[in-house]
Amino acid sequence: MDTQLTLTKMHNWRSWALTDTPQSRRQATIGMVYRAWLQFRHNWLAMTGFLVLLVLFAFAIFAPLLATHDPNSQDLAQRLAAPSSAHWLGTDQLGRDLYSRVLYGARITLGMAALIVAIVAPVGLLVGSVAGYAGGWVDRVLMRIADVFLAFPRLVLALAFVSALRPGLTSVVLAIALTAWPPYARLARAETLIIRKADFVSAIRLTGASAPRIVLRHIMPLCISPVIVRVALDISGIVLTAAGLGFLGMGAQAPSPEWGAMIATTRGFILQQWWVPTIPGVAIFVASLAFNLLGDGLRDVFDPKSE
Amino acid sequence: MERMIEVDGLNVHFGTFHAVKDVSFVVERGASFGLVGESGSGKSTVLRALAGLNAEWTGDVRIAGAAIAAKRSKEFYRNVQMVFQDPYGSLHPRQTIDRALSEPLVIHGIKDIDNRVARAMSEVALPMSARYRFPHQLSGGQRQRVAIARALIAGPKVLLLDEPTSALDVSIQAEVLNLLGDLRVSLGLTYIMVGHNLAAVSHMCEQIAVMQNGEIVEALTAADLREGRITTAYTRRLRELSDDMEDPFAVSLQ
Amino acid sequence: MNIEVENLRVKFASPSGEVEAVKGVSFRLGQEKLGIVGESGSGKSLTARSILRLLPSQARLSSDRLLFDGIDIQSADEKTMRQIRGKRAGLIMQDPKYSLNPVINVGAQIAETWRTHRGGGRKEAYEATLELLEQVKIRDPRRVASSYPMELSGGMGQRVMIAMMLAPDPEMLVADEPTSALDVSVQAEILKLLEDLVAKRGMSLLLISHDLPLISRFCDRVLVMYAGRIVEELKASELSAARHPYTRGLLECLPSLTRPRTRLKTLERSAAWSA
Repeated sequence: MDTQLTLTKMHNWRSWALTDTPQSRRQATIGMVYRAWLQFRHNWLAMTGFLVLLVLFAFAIFAPLLATHDPNSQDLAQRLAAPSSAHWLGTDQLGRDLYSRVLYGARITLGMAALIVAIVAPVGLLVGSVAGYAGGWVDRVLMRIADVFLAFPRLVLALAFVSALRPGLTSVVLAIALTAWPPYARLARAETLIIRKADFVSAIRLTGASAPRIVLRHIMPLCISPVIVRVALDISGIVLTAAGLGFLGMGAQAPSPEWGAMIATTRGFILQQWWVPTIPGVAIFVASLAFNLLGDGLRDVFDPKSE
Repeated sequence: MERMIEVDGLNVHFGTFHAVKDVSFVVERGASFGLVGESGSGKSTVLRALAGLNAEWTGDVRIAGAAIAAKRSKEFYRNVQMVFQDPYGSLHPRQTIDRALSEPLVIHGIKDIDNRVARAMSEVALPMSARYRFPHQLSGGQRQRVAIARALIAGPKVLLLDEPTSALDVSIQAEVLNLLGDLRVSLGLTYIMVGHNLAAVSHMCEQIAVMQNGEIVEALTAADLREGRITTAYTRRLRELSDDMEDPFAVSLQ
Repeated sequence: MNIEVENLRVKFASPSGEVEAVKGVSFRLGQEKLGIVGESGSGKSLTARSILRLLPSQARLSSDRLLFDGIDIQSADEKTMRQIRGKRAGLIMQDPKYSLNPVINVGAQIAETWRTHRGGGRKEAYEATLELLEQVKIRDPRRVASSYPMELSGGMGQRVMIAMMLAPDPEMLVADEPTSALDVSVQAEILKLLEDLVAKRGMSLLLISHDLPLISRFCDRVLVMYAGRIVEELKASELSAARHPYTRGLLECLPSLTRPRTRLKTLERSAAWSA
């Protein structure tokens, strides 16, 4: 009985969302998003990526509930144990449960990725849109600044931060964020250059709207789609870079269960207790791949050809 | 009759290219003035310069007696509006019709937005069901109606029409031209219409200026054009081409 | 050369079921100039492209008869179609800039078409190219041959397209809105050119347009399409005596210098026309 009611409710909601004659802006926007979602669902690879990411984020958020042990508690009697019912993925060289460490490590890796994206995407979008719309010397100055940051080698910059501040996640986030924003600025600028020639921009200029209003409320929303797609595809690279920096000892410090650091400290055991360095490696791989698949799916949905 | 639009010695340059050369004309209040010419004649450039969309223009332009400066005032944007040619490009693709029509009101600080949007839509005979749709869900003719509604919503005195029906089907063109004609009378508007179709422009406008290579080569009334009281060879050629290619009744007389 | 079309239907799959864009169109084309006129969505372009089987991949074509000079288009294999397309029938579209390769000069493109269908060496092809460019009334063929598509004006680009389509000496030409993007004076020149070439070479012409006066001026016979169907078929010279209310509506809603009106007549669409 209950499922029937739920199904009817769902069906009603679906008709409401997909209606030809929305009764409010909210309904229209929800309809548009829902239609995009339906299209996204067709791509099973992208859906796989999406679901895997949902699971990973669930791991990260609910780590304390899902972990079987404290990730930092050592049990030297149980060191380098193979996967068993007591330790689902085995233990590392200090007897710490690998499964729990991987769960908590998800927090660190995904948390870093989210933080970096939250900084980089808006900054790049804003700088690029302003540069593209304003043109002239504003454009040139902003783009040269972008070029400067683009020229920095990420690893060297991270090293510099590590020695200036101290090793830790802050250095990694800073190093990646500072070097990752320029491509988004370039992308937003390219889109803006095309958009600003359109008649609807002329029309809005003719209402006397101020330039900031035009850029923020009319042009930037149109640049978001390509930036989102690019971000999704880049995150996989960000995850790898963060792990790489962790591996080099510049990121989270021991005993923190950051995936890259986990591989670094246990790589000597690869030949005999192969699961110890491999499992965090698999986690990095899965996260990276999932983001790639998601990005591909998003690109297909946002592709102007389909509109 | 009050002079609504006065243009004296308008020149527009794109870098070294002299696109509009010394164009002058006067439009009375409530009248409709046509600019015809082929592509590259500068007719659209004149319109865009008047609208303030081109930066580099020189000359004397007055709207309702007030001189226009390089930087337009908010008053100007309330008085002068434009309808563009391409119905596909003149509406923001991610904004509902409701949003597109509300925006000018918000910017000008006009209250009572909900009612005004509904009223604007009925003025251009758009069904209320279209209010929260996105542009890609509307036909070309409907989009052009939205563009007209948007231009009229803040109550302008002057409407600049840049080939408003060139991209529409012929039957839709008739509806939109009739609508524009009705609105001119009911709202007391003054029009400048740019087009390449002689028959459409002379249907809408009493006074016509023919442009070639950035200059006005002839100014005449629509009646003159119809009855063949043409002085330049260029205009005569355009008239002959129009009869030959665009006029169904002239064709059937062959 | 004869084209026979009987009960042509073109369908598209859509989220709300199957949509029929062409609903049972029948006509014949001999050695004449036939025009198909209709507004957007009438199915005129799809009809013309069905003859050359140049439909989008998601379109499904069906017919009782679809013959190009006796060859069954619907069941022909790709090899046969390739013999027809380009070689026996050419297609000219609206914007030459989209039909020409932007990174190769136009002379090379025409020469390549010529060699593909006629064989022969480079020098022969070049001479043939120049001759073709002269036939389309281009005054400086050598200069134009070495230009790139974006360096040419709209009218010039269309002349180049026509030259390219004529290179294999086809029997038929399909022109899909070939002049819609051009100024009236250039339109007149290009269409007159097509008229001359078609007459001189004894070709058939299938002209698609939304412009009724233009079609009636340049064609012998006219088919009027509405919502996927042919609603009227008449001789171009008898256009003023058109009987179907849609055709009459199209004629009467046009603004005219010779018959001015205070209000343009609008088209009252009847559901009966798409029945």
